[in-house]
Amino acid sequence: MRARVNGTDHDFADDVTVRELLDDLGYDRPGVAAAMNGTVVPRVRWASTTVPDGAVLEVLTAVQGG
Amino acid sequence: MTLPPLVEPAAELTKDEVARYSRHLIIPDVGMDGQKRLKNAKVLVVGAGGLGSPALLYLAAAGVGTLGVIDFDVVDESNLQRQVIHGQSDVGKPKVVSAAESVAEINPLITLNVHQEQLSTENARELFREYDLILDGTDNFATRYLVNDAAVLEGKPYVWGSIFRFEGQVSVFWEEAPNGQGLNYRDLYPEPPPPGMVPSCAEGGVLGVLCASIGSVMVTEAIKLITGIGEPLLGRLMVYDALEMSYRTVKIRKDPETKPITELIDYDAFCGVVSDAAQDAAAGHTITPRELKEKFDRGDDFALIDVREPHEFEIVRIPNSVLIPKDRILSGEALSELPQDKPIVLHCKSGGRSAEALAALHKAGFRDAVHVGGGVLGWARDVDPSLPTY
Repeated sequence: MRARVNGTDHDFADDVTVRELLDDLGYDRPGVAAAMNGTVVPRVRWASTTVPDGAVLEVLTAVQGG
Repeated sequence: MTLPPLVEPAAELTKDEVARYSRHLIIPDVGMDGQKRLKNAKVLVVGAGGLGSPALLYLAAAGVGTLGVIDFDVVDESNLQRQVIHGQSDVGKPKVVSAAESVAEINPLITLNVHQEQLSTENARELFREYDLILDGTDNFATRYLVNDAAVLEGKPYVWGSIFRFEGQVSVFWEEAPNGQGLNYRDLYPEPPPPGMVPSCAEGGVLGVLCASIGSVMVTEAIKLITGIGEPLLGRLMVYDALEMSYRTVKIRKDPETKPITELIDYDAFCGVVSDAAQDAAAGHTITPRELKEKFDRGDDFALIDVREPHEFEIVRIPNSVLIPKDRILSGEALSELPQDKPIVLHCKSGGRSAEALAALHKAGFRDAVHVGGGVLGWARDVDPSLPTY
């Protein structure tokens, strides 16, 4: 299956979870939020949420500046 | 979904106020009613820095009747590139004093409360109680989680904005929002990034005008909440990219499994706040628990040193780690016990103490030593969830 992450297409195994996808790309760490098809997936659901083919993901990093 | 106005309208506007706010009054959605609500509103701005500058100026100009500002810092020359509420002659002055002078010049009809102190677990709740709405323009994760938790405990809505280089993020958090819309910052970011992973503006820089881009959105949201107009950013995160010149929003949902916030905690410990030396040492020398696991899986030759205390080592440990408490490294006493012939990886509970020890190791010549961001807790979370945590 293919998913678009931060504007770039990537191929993943079918039934990949949000967590596995983020881990693959080096994003699975604290202080990161992931939105799938426009909605943030709560961190506790990363491991149980499957990414559908064609999904658009946005990975956001917490920034502290003000 | 629109929210009801946060603030009841003031009894009346004076002749001077009608003259001053006429461009608001002739917008049907604001009108006399909205302007009277702004007059009655009490808004606290946390931080008179990059975001606080435009926020205070525009909130004052808009006629928010009572403004509060809390900041403990003094104006530095390096602030002037973006903190437009301060000027050249303000360098060396407390930021709240400089901000108060600017606000008085912008709008003498409003009241500004000056709080020249650091927001802390001691003063946050009491201070928030005095205001209807809070704007968070602070510059570090520890204060951001403090603002969030104190706002949750006091049932206050707050407008949150943060900036880095060319990117900004804005949202509205309000745990007690009506109609089940409530959520807070921890629903988006349950935990901060490990220390050393995400640089601050002081370390990574920020485009000065980004403060205006994000600060103006924050003020817009504040005015909407106070007067009850439009679609607030509650439940949405707006991400602004100045290089792409795009604003995108993503929906945020309440995370049903987030632990309820019942009290204020030690935010420095929670965010792994460490000394500047430790922060410098950790920058570029931090690995994740998963990267540590990969080193093990590859069979890399390295020494894993656990710098916690013996009683913590008893509770939980990463396999193949050797215990050398941090103080023995800082004192220099344990340096001779460290291997000279292989790379050293340090870890502690969550990454704070190992960053301190890392600074000492770098100074002692162990230049390629790294530490594990997130420590054994991160290892338990990301690599081996069967381990106990404490």
